[in-house]
Amino acid sequence: MKGFSRASNRHPSYWAFIVHRLSGILLTLFLPTHFWALALAIESEATLDEMLRWSDHPLVRASEFILVVLLAAHLTGGLRLLAVEFLPWNDRQKTILAAAGGIALGVGVLFLLNAA
Amino acid sequence: MWTAQRASAAVLAIAVTVHLATVIYAVRGDLTAAEIIARVQGNVAWLIFYVIFVLAAATHAPIGIRTILLESTPLAPRIADALSAAVLLIILILGLRTAFGLYALQT
Repeated sequence: MKGFSRASNRHPSYWAFIVHRLSGILLTLFLPTHFWALALAIESEATLDEMLRWSDHPLVRASEFILVVLLAAHLTGGLRLLAVEFLPWNDRQKTILAAAGGIALGVGVLFLLNAA
Repeated sequence: MWTAQRASAAVLAIAVTVHLATVIYAVRGDLTAAEIIARVQGNVAWLIFYVIFVLAAATHAPIGIRTILLESTPLAPRIADALSAAVLLIILILGLRTAFGLYALQT
């Protein structure tokens, strides 16, 4: 991140860059927990059921919402990066960034509506 | 590494989309362990999907973590390499163990 001017720090692409990196770190840290939780089913179906019931708690559900949004944001942000690198330049980057953020939030809301 | 990162990203774009759709569909009503097991147990298509998913994540995440460590921390490249190798092994071993474990589950 060295060498970024204050003006570049204010550009939405800079925030997309931060969100992509932070979501990548958090998702990487979450993955072992996710595998461990799923592996509970291999040991005992009842233990996994207990954990699934625990996920009905509002705070756990809120954490799940954040994880779903992080995953969706990493996906949409990553698709934008692939488009920037491999497709002809598009001047509507701010619109694309807004769409990427909106879709990520929308996926999170869809998850919450279905889980409720 | 640049090519591996982009190629794994392309695979993950499809895998994550399928995964998110599955999660959103699965959480309707009360999600139970029996439902998860019934979906993946003995299902070769899901096994192949999750193995590809794990391999792509085990490629993508360590390269990303290494880049962040090298660009945003004062860590020596050797340490960044070691940490990203650890990330690769953890994702690969835990991920494949879970995918094959759920596939081979006996009820």
